[in-house]
Amino acid sequence: MNERIESIVAMKLPAEESVRIFRHRLTANARKRLPRIAIVTGIHGDELEGQFVCYEVISRIKAHPECLSGTVDVYPALNPLGIDTLTRGIPGFDLDMNRTFPGDVNGAVTEQIAAKIIVDLTGSDLVVDIHASNLFLREIPQIRISESTEPALMPYAKLLNVDFVWIHAAATVLESTLAHSLNSIGTKTLVVEMGVGMRVTQEYAHQLTDGIFNAMKALGIWTGEVAPVRSPMISAAHEVEFLNAPCCGLFVPGVEHLHRMKAGEAVGSILDPLKGTEVVKILAPCDGLLFTLREYPIVDEGSLIARILRD
Amino acid sequence: MERIKIFELKSLYRESMKVYGFRFGEGEKTVCIVGAMRGNEVQQMYICSQLVKALGKAERAGKIEKGKSILVLPNINTYSMNIEKRFWPTDNTDINRMFPGYSLGETTQRVAAGVFEEIKDYRYGIQFASFYIPGMFEPHVKVMETGYEDVETAKLFGLPYVVIRHPRPYDTATLNYNWQIWDTKAFSLYANRTDRVDETNARRMVKSVFSFLGSLGIVRCAAKGVRSRVVRDDSFVAVKSACGGVLLRLAKTEETVRQDQVLARISDSFTGEILQTLTAPCDGKVFFVHNEPLVHEGTVAYRIMPGEE
Ligand SMILES: [Zn+2]
Repeated sequence: MNERIESIVAMKLPAEESVRIFRHRLTANARKRLPRIAIVTGIHGDELEGQFVCYEVISRIKAHPECLSGTVDVYPALNPLGIDTLTRGIPGFDLDMNRTFPGDVNGAVTEQIAAKIIVDLTGSDLVVDIHASNLFLREIPQIRISESTEPALMPYAKLLNVDFVWIHAAATVLESTLAHSLNSIGTKTLVVEMGVGMRVTQEYAHQLTDGIFNAMKALGIWTGEVAPVRSPMISAAHEVEFLNAPCCGLFVPGVEHLHRMKAGEAVGSILDPLKGTEVVKILAPCDGLLFTLREYPIVDEGSLIARILRD
Repeated sequence: MERIKIFELKSLYRESMKVYGFRFGEGEKTVCIVGAMRGNEVQQMYICSQLVKALGKAERAGKIEKGKSILVLPNINTYSMNIEKRFWPTDNTDINRMFPGYSLGETTQRVAAGVFEEIKDYRYGIQFASFYIPGMFEPHVKVMETGYEDVETAKLFGLPYVVIRHPRPYDTATLNYNWQIWDTKAFSLYANRTDRVDETNARRMVKSVFSFLGSLGIVRCAAKGVRSRVVRDDSFVAVKSACGGVLLRLAKTEETVRQDQVLARISDSFTGEILQTLTAPCDGKVFFVHNEPLVHEGTVAYRIMPGEE
């Protein structure tokens, strides 16, 4: 096995420092072209669930280097300044990096960086872009794919050991994401979303890592043993109900995340701490699985409280 | 003049956020003008406040055409401005990426929906926009190429440039784009700056709006601007830094420059040594200048409009 850590982007900042985006490449010894998987994370600097996955993937390979039969590229921090400063976007630009793709070599700094990332990832047999939820919501491990890419991506999505695959309508706004840009040039990219912002949920990381090794085996990148994977629920067969706060206040949940809701059962309450009153109970509109649950207690009118996958 | 509450959003411990509009004249919904949508758009709000003043005066003098009304919303995001944050205070979303909005959706979708409902039926929509990169601009009007754009009418502002922009994916959730989709002729006016007040520029922008209103017979006035040059937004030539450091600017916006003329120098942050001299790649006019003291490697420090007037 060969391994090398190198920077794929280096950009000088005003005072002495340079910002670098690193890739750790682990590859089997071979003279022919090898299948390649890329694990990328940290586009959003406040989403840390993928950090532990990167660690796990590399350490499991290093424990059994003889089982590696392809190339594994790990990019733990596409937005290094964001991760180091608890910032979702690119610090100093107030810009969501996942709205800058495919980038432009002649554009602003952020667009030049995006363009270099695309070049580096192009040609991978599979790219897994790991996101966490934000500070506000807790999510089960899930893959999100747009309707148009479903035929190409679904077979891969089923390999990754997630609980849920959410097929959403194509939104024009999402065309500037990394995943869309790569998928549109034929580099298959899956977006994983799990856990909660600014935290690591080790259980989910282990689950996804098992799935990544399963996918590596299917792609001919790994010859070792892999754990059996679960088959995900798929949103096409069910409808997703959104529960938004009807008013502002303090949200306290009445059930655990992943609870099987009955129609009319309370997900939780919105309280008014000043008056000492319960303002409203949030009721499930249907039977189903509570796959998203509010983690951050303060809500504005409109804040998302839960999502339920209808039975 | 009538002060109208357009939208209200309650909060746990802050006073509710109220979006106000100021209406002049009566009858047909003719022109709607929107100022700040982000917390740092101070110049945009200031320009609207000057428009409210000037339109009040015009109304009292009987200069607004009968049967036509003008609505001005100086600021639809006071919550962010009051705490000096650019985007929405809690979830950091951008209201100008939420149009046409959704009244049952997330908070900023509700703000966008509540505002859009009140402003979507106007014949003309004017938004004072800002750019995400810090800099000084030559004032201009931007129209989005949606198939419904009206470049000829955009010239009536009398600003130096009418810039045509081919919409990028994220543009489809902006106010300008959605106005056009809902049959409002929409124009984004770019003042020279964002987070500082510039009174000279504000007077110029007020004059340009009056030139527009006058030319269309909505307000009787004699304000006239310059003849606009129509350009595409990709026809500006970018001048970029090849290193990081302190940017020492020589050329200013609206200055005519010759090819190879020195525009700026980049000085080493510690030693003061000149690391790079930025020169004009062609004859032309300075359209944009980066106005922060520091640059990264690859910062667009200048944009030049090639050619003569
Ligand atoms: Zn993310």
